[in-house]
Amino acid sequence: MANAPKAHANPPFWRDERVLRLLAQLAFGAAVLFFGYILIQNMVNGLRQQGTTLGIGFLQNTAGFDLAETLNHYTRSSAYIQAFLAGLYNTLLVSAVGILLSTILGIILGVARLSSNVLVRNLATAYLELMRNLSLLVFLIFWYLGVFLKLPLVRDAILWPGNIILSNRGIGIPWGIPTETWPAFKLFLLGGLLLALAIIVIFHFQGKRTGKAPLAIVWAPLAFIAVAVAGWFLQPAAPLSLDLPAVQGLNIRGGRIFTPEFMALVSGLVLYTAAFIGEVVRAGIQAVSKGQVEAARAIGLTSFQTLRLVVFPQALQVIIPPLTSQYLNLTKNSSLAIAVGYPDLFYVSNTILNQSGRAVEMITLVMLTYLMFSLITSIFMNWYNARVRLVER
Amino acid sequence: MTKKLYPILGLLLATAVLLAACGGSPAPATGDAPAEQPTAAPAEVIFTTPSGYGVTLEAVQSRGNLICGVNSQVPGFGYVDADGNFSGVDVDYCRALAAAIFGDADAVEFRPVTAAERFTALQSGEIDVLSRNTTWSTLRDTELGGNFVHTTFYDGQGLMVREDSGITDIAGLDGGTICVQTGTTTELNLADVFAAAGVSYTPAVFEDADGTFAAYAEGRCDAVTTDKSGLVSRRTVLADPEAHVILDVTMSKEPLGPMVRHGDDQWFDIAQWTVFALISAEEFGVTSANVDSMMTSSNPEVLRMLGAEGELGAALGLSADWAYNIISQVGNYEEVYNRSLGPDTPTYIPRGLNSLYTEGGLLYAPPFR
Repeated sequence: MANAPKAHANPPFWRDERVLRLLAQLAFGAAVLFFGYILIQNMVNGLRQQGTTLGIGFLQNTAGFDLAETLNHYTRSSAYIQAFLAGLYNTLLVSAVGILLSTILGIILGVARLSSNVLVRNLATAYLELMRNLSLLVFLIFWYLGVFLKLPLVRDAILWPGNIILSNRGIGIPWGIPTETWPAFKLFLLGGLLLALAIIVIFHFQGKRTGKAPLAIVWAPLAFIAVAVAGWFLQPAAPLSLDLPAVQGLNIRGGRIFTPEFMALVSGLVLYTAAFIGEVVRAGIQAVSKGQVEAARAIGLTSFQTLRLVVFPQALQVIIPPLTSQYLNLTKNSSLAIAVGYPDLFYVSNTILNQSGRAVEMITLVMLTYLMFSLITSIFMNWYNARVRLVER
Repeated sequence: MTKKLYPILGLLLATAVLLAACGGSPAPATGDAPAEQPTAAPAEVIFTTPSGYGVTLEAVQSRGNLICGVNSQVPGFGYVDADGNFSGVDVDYCRALAAAIFGDADAVEFRPVTAAERFTALQSGEIDVLSRNTTWSTLRDTELGGNFVHTTFYDGQGLMVREDSGITDIAGLDGGTICVQTGTTTELNLADVFAAAGVSYTPAVFEDADGTFAAYAEGRCDAVTTDKSGLVSRRTVLADPEAHVILDVTMSKEPLGPMVRHGDDQWFDIAQWTVFALISAEEFGVTSANVDSMMTSSNPEVLRMLGAEGELGAALGLSADWAYNIISQVGNYEEVYNRSLGPDTPTYIPRGLNSLYTEGGLLYAPPFR
């Protein structure tokens, strides 16, 4: 048909492939819209029959319940929206801490899996196999009921050197309380951070120009610490005063207290996700062809230099996409917090849902929030991935 | 290439026809319906929630059994034992309702629901009635789309602590941690009462009763709070019940009773009068043992209740012997109470407010007339 002369080839539109394709698309789109319309109509009717309507105005109502740990100044007389935000911040905190720790542990595990040391390699393999074949929920409950709640009661709390208190009410560590010179000290910290960033950028360009990249990962933190220490002693008084945790009455007071719920959630998520990240890292390293390593060794690079300058930059391209999905998994899995009673986004939303009876609104809000988390993480990781990819020629 | 499209097109057309058929309305078969018919809504509902006068009874009767949302974790109220048998006051209410409708107290399916799920389960029609130690409160009675029938158990919120802690009142809990279950009025009362008393505390909030009491048993909290009846019953399943005391503090009024959906007054009446039948039977001394001889009682009200006289059953849309079936198969209020909460049970709770009005309690049923 394609070879037929053009003049006679114009078929009627119902036999024109392009038109048919377009029609197929339209029909499919219409079917999806129609189905969605029926579902939404059904819901709205159902709600109308019960005398309730949709709307998010109720978020301004007084919440009336207390939350165990919040990062904003939430109290029982705050609005539902404040409770929701408290949950959101807690989820962000757990995700951030979880991603940071599981990445570090995951890289160590991935490298250990490829170690030439038999013991290290087999231990890492055993750990990965154990973790990857456990259910995360079971694992979290194990950490909560089996570990952190089994710590001694407050009155028999264990005291570790460095004033660390262990009890089943939480783990207390010494913490700083800002004094009046804290605002000025914060400027020093900011300056140190800028200096560290400048060092990273300068070293990067110098590395490109001379082919010898100084270790920015060592020098940048050192510069930051130097500025911070200098700032600390330049202040007339110490910007932070030490606050030691101590058992007082029924609870631990002072310092920074990590509740058993928080500890169980973070431990579970980190140890579980690190196993998957370890596999991702191992796969990435193994994806770099052996010839690259041999060539690097042949020109006299040490094994650490080989890893840093040859293997990792190439492995990163393979690692980043699956690593992104592991980060997303961790964030989404943090909603299992409800099983151990940590007030994260899903937990608090569930409480709000229940106290206000607004199921449709709250579930929609929660879904949108998790979707937003995931999309933002994806966008960032895709951007980073695109940057890493440019290295390849 | 073009030929490959025909199956797809055919499939789409079939889907469209199917959808239109499901819609049950003579709406056009293609997607222009949404734009043209924004108000033709009710006819297109696929999955309807039973609602409207008489709908629930009809649905229950055609299904052949009653679906009752219950608790499965509170001995004495709603509890499932190792063999999968349900027992408790709330469970017996469901059986009484099934007896009233079908004449068979076993024509009921118990569906355990958590505190958090219960209202959604009722609203969505997953359960016909919620009988799960649920506190009657304004918002639940209005915005949550439910109606509470007569209270079956008058309760109040309490606190349980370890005896060796030496805590005797709310002030003693200053700075302490309190275990509580999420999505309950208990959670709100706790915040209210402690705020009013100016006592600071940290809540440790859990998804279900088992989780809450497990954490309390591990010493995660200094105290655990729920309705006093719940404390009594959960204390029996703690490792060492004697080591725990319930403080002499009543933090709230907790009228617990069954709940039905808004919009079906007939169903509400049936649920309501089932409670009244239980209470009146105790008042008139009708028990499962003597109900047959009571059919010839000299008290006309007893005769009307049992269906030996008058047409009260028909007024509810039920058979004449509905109350007879309840009492003969499940018993009166006292029998139900003693079976789960009486002196011979591990979960003994003195009748207190839950006595008949003639004995200083709050149980008072309107006349059967």
